Amino acid sequence: MAGGARLWVPLLLLSPLVVAAVYEDQVGKFDWRQQYVGKLKFASLEASQGSKKLIVATEKNVMAALNSRNGEILWRHVDKGTPEGAIDAMLIHGQDAITVSNGGRILRSWETNIGGLNWETSLDTGSFQVASLVGLQDVAKYVAVLKKSALSLHYLSNGHQKWAEHLPESESAQYQLLYSYGTGVIYSIGFVPRSHLNILTFSLEDGDISKQIRVSAPWMKSLSGACNVIGEAVLVCVDTDTHSLYALSLETEHEMKQIPLQSLDLEFADRFQPRILTTQPSPVSVSRTQFFLQLSSSRFTLLQYKHGLLSHLRDFQQATLVSFATTGEKTVAAVLSCRNEVKSASPDGLHAGDTLGHPHRPEFPACSNHTYNINLYLVETGQRLLETTITFNFEQSGARPEQLYIQVFLKKDDSVGYRALVQTEDHMLVFLQQPGKVLWSREESLAEVVSLEMVDLPLTGAQAELEGEFGKKADGLLGMFLKRLSSQLILLQAWTAHLWKMFYDARKPRSQIKNEINIDNLARDEFNLQKMMVMVTASGKLFGIESSSGTILWKQYLKNVRPGSSFKLMVQRTTAHFPHPPQCTLLVKDKETKMSSLYVFNPIFGKRSQVAPPVLKHPILQTLLLPIMDQDYAKVLLLIDDELKVTAFPATKNVLRQLEEIAPSIFFYLVDADQGKLSGFRLRKDLTTEESWEMTISAEVQRIVTVKGKRSNEHVHSQGRVMGDRSVLYKSLNPNLLAVVTESMDTHHERTFIGIYLIDGVTGRIIHSSVQKKAKGPVHIVHSENWVVYQYWNTKARRNEFTVLELYEGTEQYNATAFSSLDRPFLPQVLQQSYIFPSAISAMEATITERGITSRHLLIGLPSGAILSLPKALLDPRRPEIPTEQSREENLIPYSPDVQIHAERFINYNQTVSRMRGIYTAPSGLESTCLVVAYGLDIYQTRVYPSKQFDVLKDDYDYVLISSVLFGLVFATMITKRLAQVKLLNRAWRLGCTSRPHDGLPLTCPKHN
Amino acid sequence: MAARVLALALLVSLLPPGAGSAASCRGLRPGEGRDSEACGITLQLEHSFELNDSIHFRKRGTLLWTLAPDPSLSLSQKQLSEGERNLLREVAALNGLYRVRIPRWPLGAADELATEYVTSFVRACSLVESHISDRLTVHTDVAGNVIGISIVTMPGSCHGAEVEDVDLEVFNTTVVLQQPVPAAVPETAAFIERMEQEQAQRAKNPQEQKSFFAKYWMYIIPIVLFLMMSGAPDAGGQGGGNGGSAGAGGR
Repeated sequence: MAGGARLWVPLLLLSPLVVAAVYEDQVGKFDWRQQYVGKLKFASLEASQGSKKLIVATEKNVMAALNSRNGEILWRHVDKGTPEGAIDAMLIHGQDAITVSNGGRILRSWETNIGGLNWETSLDTGSFQVASLVGLQDVAKYVAVLKKSALSLHYLSNGHQKWAEHLPESESAQYQLLYSYGTGVIYSIGFVPRSHLNILTFSLEDGDISKQIRVSAPWMKSLSGACNVIGEAVLVCVDTDTHSLYALSLETEHEMKQIPLQSLDLEFADRFQPRILTTQPSPVSVSRTQFFLQLSSSRFTLLQYKHGLLSHLRDFQQATLVSFATTGEKTVAAVLSCRNEVKSASPDGLHAGDTLGHPHRPEFPACSNHTYNINLYLVETGQRLLETTITFNFEQSGARPEQLYIQVFLKKDDSVGYRALVQTEDHMLVFLQQPGKVLWSREESLAEVVSLEMVDLPLTGAQAELEGEFGKKADGLLGMFLKRLSSQLILLQAWTAHLWKMFYDARKPRSQIKNEINIDNLARDEFNLQKMMVMVTASGKLFGIESSSGTILWKQYLKNVRPGSSFKLMVQRTTAHFPHPPQCTLLVKDKETKMSSLYVFNPIFGKRSQVAPPVLKHPILQTLLLPIMDQDYAKVLLLIDDELKVTAFPATKNVLRQLEEIAPSIFFYLVDADQGKLSGFRLRKDLTTEESWEMTISAEVQRIVTVKGKRSNEHVHSQGRVMGDRSVLYKSLNPNLLAVVTESMDTHHERTFIGIYLIDGVTGRIIHSSVQKKAKGPVHIVHSENWVVYQYWNTKARRNEFTVLELYEGTEQYNATAFSSLDRPFLPQVLQQSYIFPSAISAMEATITERGITSRHLLIGLPSGAILSLPKALLDPRRPEIPTEQSREENLIPYSPDVQIHAERFINYNQTVSRMRGIYTAPSGLESTCLVVAYGLDIYQTRVYPSKQFDVLKDDYDYVLISSVLFGLVFATMITKRLAQVKLLNRAWRLGCTSRPHDGLPLTCPKHN
Repeated sequence: MAARVLALALLVSLLPPGAGSAASCRGLRPGEGRDSEACGITLQLEHSFELNDSIHFRKRGTLLWTLAPDPSLSLSQKQLSEGERNLLREVAALNGLYRVRIPRWPLGAADELATEYVTSFVRACSLVESHISDRLTVHTDVAGNVIGISIVTMPGSCHGAEVEDVDLEVFNTTVVLQQPVPAAVPETAAFIERMEQEQAQRAKNPQEQKSFFAKYWMYIIPIVLFLMMSGAPDAGGQGGGNGGSAGAGGR
């Protein structure tokens, strides 16, 4: 019987822990997902008006099709995020897209309508150069892949290799170009810098080299870009030193023909590598004999080389981007130019622009009003097509266009119509239609969110009015009274408006009610579930996203942020201090120069703040957000630079006085991961610092990978845990505790280890140090309350494991009234336990709630894209190996070495988040509810209820039943009361005639039947 | 204890200068030190407490690090002088810091200037109020390199209590050497053992492993049947007109 009881206990204990997954009708109710593809690398737009899709391959290693009507993703394939998944080339052949990825290792063919994989083959090693479609007569049947030392030909139908040939002289010559035009031969062009060109002619049939010629070209520095093939295999190259073009017919000639460019009045910009851009409408026909020569970053010229004659078709000044497109027989060139000049292509325009004072910068062609034109030109003549101008502007972001793709089609009247896909430097995709209508746009920079904060929304006008009343100083009794009356009136007005709206909405069908959120009607809801998500992306673009719907409310592009910078986002003032606007500060640190800059903005409206941030002359090593506030309620931010000087922001007199007072109690730490050095400093009154402690983790043995403190907004409700014997085990809650994770330099699987150091950030005292032997990173760590959970790879058992550390003070608390790191003589007890986890992890975070009453869950992002909500109770070092009466009393789950993944614990059901990089949690106004945002390639927002919704009525709560029962009861009470009265009266009558005869009144008693 | 320190000092002085004047087993890992019995390292413990918050380290004592048989630390230190005592009091009054440091490598190694130290501190007032009784912990990594030093006083608080001069003469110091503890590993063996035991127990008396239903089916089924029978007429009555024939049991 005892055994039976023991079996039942775990089952009973487990049952309340199981998180109920969402019901079908709850899908999308409070969660949303946005999917992204990343910055474009290749794109293909079908040349027909009715086409519905664009095929894109991106720098995030994503292959996708976008709906050209609305920009939504039709299908998407996400390859590995490492260079292994990088897409090197994309070719479109009918309904198939051919991609080469992983540095030329894998050749794939995709069915573009549904996104299915037609076939996949692996190629031989060798650095990939170029791929091209090859056809014979009228159909493209093969794809040729040129590598450093070999050329191979594959069937388009199944990917099988037709032949592969070694390239002669591949050690010295660099083969970079391929050309064929349906004649049964493939030209492969290689060059030896400053020496000669090698031109190989391969027979399509068997791969034999039918011809091999060597052409002297001592001026040649590069091939790819500077040269290209036009027409019937004519190689055209450009050279800046000799200031001329070189042409060579691959079939007939053996010497390059020099064509000086001076005669055409074409000047090259300094230090600019000119490029030749050609177009080949179909792999089985010849390239156009017209080509673009790019002279500088903003000057293109359209040239034609035909029958040995070079002719100048048109010059494009201030053109940022050019692109070719073909539909039917017509090939057009699209030119994107700045609208500064009135008539784009006229040479006069440039001079006018110059005199107007727009200095022509070679690197960044500035477009002062951020308004651009796209025009179409017929390639044959260079003639501008009428009514083909698209005008648009990027005034809001100020970002420059970076890529241009054109979709051209013939209209019914045989005129040319087109749409344009423009990608800007802030990774925004804009799909434009004539005459400048934006069909859709996508913010692809959100595919790489690096930092995220959630900020409370501001109060409504009425609430703010009330707040304002309390905030202001009193001005007389009568004034206060009037103010109160007026604010009450405003409230009444708002309430009636709200009622009216409810009434009005109730009459409309539900589908028509749209709660559109825009920046004007932003207001906090009663439970503070709706917040503003401030997202910082790697491209330097900031977004303000409303959390309940995912609508982008504002965006701000920081132009001078270079890629690879690191960001730190801090909330200096929340929305709680009306009328002061909330204030966020972004610290941007350049990767190369290490210089930092501050950007201060309002997180609700995205506007740059009026407050001038301090100019930072030295790289910033550490930031500290102090709880002390300025008069305008902005928290003080301390910035510590590499000379260990401290800059305060804001630096008003009031702040400096406060700082002077509390300076001896401000401590901070610095980590130098390269040298393994951790050091602590104390602030002096004059804002200099003195070193207080220093420790060195020997860099030869191990390197610091992560230093993780606790979240400053975390509340812990319970100071201890009640044990089975009714005594209390007090938690050791040190807010200054840092968890430092190291990885060993020795990566041999027997000797590799992970070190965990728990260090007090104020005193530098090592509270606990442990070594996880035979373990390897990457380590994911969560540090909260009195516990640390970390996950690592066990090299011996070849599995993922979790270890949890919990710190307790014991059954007695030392100085329970106030915490000070300086006065903690006793070390806490450290309990630890380990578990096997059946999956790798891509991100991990703990839930957080307003008051910390709700039990904690760990949110674990799995590589599959699912987010597992794991109760912390499962990772509890006090789980007993053999359950006892006391442990059962305490609701401890008996120890089992493995933590299982149950699909019902996935909080994002089928809304997987690709390549998850982080999970952000924020408390809401409801204690039961925690807001979660997972980000990676996709963004997913939801709410979790770790202890169920104990403070909210369910959605399907039966209001009708409860109210009908209530009303019924009230009625029943009334009726029974009435009945009772009647009965009483009757009895009184009866009693009256039997027991009151002495009154002498003439009573008539009712007769008893 | 004193004799042992002396013996070591003698031993140290015999060593060639290249290996450092004080280190006898430099670079020796704790695990390897088994065969050399009296192997040890001395580290100089220095402290600093100045009025103007400048840092000026003076010798406080010598730490002797014995590697074999078990790594342990011992400290020999001198008394605080009259001047030092007064200085410490004054620093304490100004809420100054009392710092200690030890070199990361034994003394005299290579060049003096480039010596790296690990530093720690306590508030000078808490040191005074604890009657200069402190607890020093030297932390090492798995390879035996010094990572850091911690100092705490017992008790650690500052209440402004009066302290007699006599109590500020001799340090009452506990020295501890702390190596990283091995982290937990999943206890699969113990868990399997437990499961096997339970299985064995269940195998012993098979009665117990029967489920609730298996044991009490003879009671449950009649109840269920009875409930079904008693519920049936309602359903039957609503279902159709021939309720009369179906209403066999209930009413």
